[in-house]
Amino acid sequence: MFNYTFQWNQALARLPQMLDGALVTMQIAILSMAIGVLLAILLTGCRLSGIRVLQGFAVTWVEIARNTPALFQIYMAHFGVASFGIHFSPFTSLLIGITFNNAGYLAENFRGALKAISDTQSRAGRSLGMTPVQAFRYIVLPQMLRIAYLPMTNQMVWAILMTSLGVTVGMNSDLYGVTQDLNALTFRTFELFAIAAVIFYVITKVIGLGARLLATRLFRY
Amino acid sequence: MIKIENVRKSFGQLEVLKGIDLTVEKGEVLTIIGGSGSGKSTLLTCINGLEPIDAGRITVDGTVVHDKSTDLNKLRRKLGIVFQQFNAFPHLTVLENVMLAPRKVLKQSRAEAEAMAIKQLGHVGLGDKVDVYPSRLSGGQQQRMAIARALAMSPGYMLFDEVTSALDPQLVGEVLDTLRLLASEGMTMICVTHEMKFAREVSDRVAFFHKGVMAEIAPPEKLFGAPEDPELQKFLAATH
Repeated sequence: MFNYTFQWNQALARLPQMLDGALVTMQIAILSMAIGVLLAILLTGCRLSGIRVLQGFAVTWVEIARNTPALFQIYMAHFGVASFGIHFSPFTSLLIGITFNNAGYLAENFRGALKAISDTQSRAGRSLGMTPVQAFRYIVLPQMLRIAYLPMTNQMVWAILMTSLGVTVGMNSDLYGVTQDLNALTFRTFELFAIAAVIFYVITKVIGLGARLLATRLFRY
Repeated sequence: MIKIENVRKSFGQLEVLKGIDLTVEKGEVLTIIGGSGSGKSTLLTCINGLEPIDAGRITVDGTVVHDKSTDLNKLRRKLGIVFQQFNAFPHLTVLENVMLAPRKVLKQSRAEAEAMAIKQLGHVGLGDKVDVYPSRLSGGQQQRMAIARALAMSPGYMLFDEVTSALDPQLVGEVLDTLRLLASEGMTMICVTHEMKFAREVSDRVAFFHKGVMAEIAPPEKLFGAPEDPELQKFLAATH
């Protein structure tokens, strides 16, 4: 029943290629988070703007991002837009899909965080002569980012894991894509994917640890 | 000079200010007393334009507060306001709390803003707390920091909205001492307060608000010594 022979050496010999893939995975995750955070701040601003069109736009984005599979979002960013003659590379499509997802989730986190900050904070800023934008930028935003910090690190972990969906749009330079290609070459399926899983695990753990260290530097209050 | 002319203000069906007329001269200390819901706090937030008004006019040094062409952000530099809630910015140190608006609004250099902040924090007795975060301060200290923060903008007027109401009784004194100090230095002040002894002691004039109307205004000896308005008589009897 169980006559599979493990050949770890064969799989481990491919480790350098997999680590290169891991770098691409991290690159996508970091980019998608950086852009995602900025977009999420914009979406949060849209929601608070009181302007119907902007609110509708933000709500639609958040609803789709949170209530459809990430796979669908990445697929749409590649094959969906291709129907209209827009062609992105797998890397770009994956980045767009994950960024879209990140921004939606983060915007919702930010909205929750804002609710935890009393209105009197920005009122105090306004009464010191600040414009609404200044009060948001210097008083509300830093507090919001602190409250949303933990959910943000979760989303970062999520972004790392979501890169594995890239194979569906032909992505083959990230960790999962590289592993899949190596598997097709060598058929060391269990070994290769087990190693990939460990690399994923280590990356996300390091991110969690790094985030905690960063927090002690960022938030002294 | 702050000139308030026939100001009316409603929240929905409820009219909270029913035609207020009041002039505060430069250098004057005016306190406003009255029961909850009498409109006294609302008047302060109308003066600095945080609340719109429905009718009438408020002018500060000749600038019409609720005129569309008025730059409220600029006007508010002249009008320091301190609220019942301290509204410390928790993510900034005491020094940074005080420096923020001078840096961003008045575009002062770091050195300039810091010198002013240290001066004002010393003024309110927080010279030794500049580098701590507000969470380490008592309520009274936080409120004094809020006063220093407003003073750092070099306002022409200070508005105090029940600044001791959220404090533990033993902390009220230190904040009132700060207000007394400002009054003695000639700061123009409007203080909404429930502290009758304080009102009697520092005010040039005391106004009594009742149900959105300024029922009586007089120097403190007169207002507390020989109140004419029957509601004021009742109010004073209840608070003594």
